[in-house]
Amino acid sequence: MNEGTVVNVNTVIPFGPQHPVLPEPVQLRFKFEGERIVDVVPNIGYVHRAVERACELNDYKRNVTLCERICGICNFMHAMAYCESIEMITDTEVPERAKYLRTIWSELGRLQSHLLWLGLFVDSIGFESLFMHLWRDREIVLRLNEKTAGHRIQLSTCTIGGVKKDMDDRLIAEYRSSLAELKKRMDNLAPVFVKDRGVQARLVGKGILPKNKTSLLGAVGPTVRGSGIPQDMRTLGYEAYSYLDFKPVVYDMEDAYSRMLVRIGEIYQSIDLINRALNQMPNGPILQKNTVFPRGTAITRIEQPRGELFYYVAGNGTNKLERCRIRTPTLANIPALVTMLVDHEVADIPPVLLSVDPCVACTER
Amino acid sequence: MPKMLSKVLKSLITKPATVRYPYVKPEPVPGTRGKITFDMKKCDLCQDCERVCPSLAIKIFPDEKRIEYSPFRCLYCHLCVESCMQMAIIPDVVVGAPAFEKVMDIFKTERR
Repeated sequence: MNEGTVVNVNTVIPFGPQHPVLPEPVQLRFKFEGERIVDVVPNIGYVHRAVERACELNDYKRNVTLCERICGICNFMHAMAYCESIEMITDTEVPERAKYLRTIWSELGRLQSHLLWLGLFVDSIGFESLFMHLWRDREIVLRLNEKTAGHRIQLSTCTIGGVKKDMDDRLIAEYRSSLAELKKRMDNLAPVFVKDRGVQARLVGKGILPKNKTSLLGAVGPTVRGSGIPQDMRTLGYEAYSYLDFKPVVYDMEDAYSRMLVRIGEIYQSIDLINRALNQMPNGPILQKNTVFPRGTAITRIEQPRGELFYYVAGNGTNKLERCRIRTPTLANIPALVTMLVDHEVADIPPVLLSVDPCVACTER
Repeated sequence: MPKMLSKVLKSLITKPATVRYPYVKPEPVPGTRGKITFDMKKCDLCQDCERVCPSLAIKIFPDEKRIEYSPFRCLYCHLCVESCMQMAIIPDVVVGAPAFEKVMDIFKTERR
């Protein structure tokens, strides 16, 4: 090499699996040209737990508890998706009241997940006081969980053929008052996201996912809804969503800011949906016991806070399943995330990365 | 600015949102899923709880009339409490405390 010539060498910086910004075990290897990212290579598999294999070895009724523990934040929806698939194979008719209760609790899960994510998101752009406000208000939802089922996070109320816990009038009144309080607090906090110049400066135009690329990359959930595509599994009308007149929240700015607005909109929408479900909920039984072993195959698609959750269950007429395939939304969002990150600078990595709401424990199962 | 000032003044007067945990312990909500104990006077050693337990935390030896329960394996799902026909499993609102050694809780029938 001649003296004095400048050689353009790409720097590779590994991000994770342990990193203060993202407390989840995923590694992204960034290739830089100067300050600019030119390539991203994701590396997953640090916390693989072989849940799908365990589902085949376990009794099919025990799998409800196992599937519920795939993810901490969207635990109820995992259990619900599994139960729905088994109900589909065994022709179990779920009572109306149980359908409404499942809807209410899955929306409650969405509320606490979105509040948690919003807190982490603003923390990643350095807005720590807002993070504390949001996590304090998330406590309202966690208290409701605790009073419903005796646990702050793991509801464990879903079972094959319905639900295990019922809500009495006192609890319903408490739900209404707590959600009204949460809405009031969100009314105080939401303008900060929408109007604050600091937040806008960090997010507008960052992490662009073009509308025409979303289907090619297979992105799901709020990530595509932030790019102007009204794709939401709740429009399929599973459980009680068909009675609740549901319309997805869509923004079309295609950037991280737009995805944040989608989630803020969904917080309000969830509060609305829960209130409507509480008003419409009929009286009656909550559990229809199934008596036959699963035989056949079923596919379930439900909307998690992060996007579409897919369950494929195959039974062979014994108490053990032949196959249980689970695809979680973050896995579908990784290709989109990789495209979003290219051409950004180091300081933009945390907000863009968190804008897809990665849940790695979910992804690796 | 005036809106912010009112919030600052308000948080000066109000109590903190958090609990000073090791010194002050929060009141457990009734119905919290916690540790379980077996009432050996009621238990008929039918092994229903052992069958439903997802984490294999309960082991029953009917010949020896002995039950081994590991609070360190337990998920606190309370499926055993729901499944017990004799109502012999008594739920507690407190979760098992951390410890240096993972010890089993052993319950035995006194009358032979």
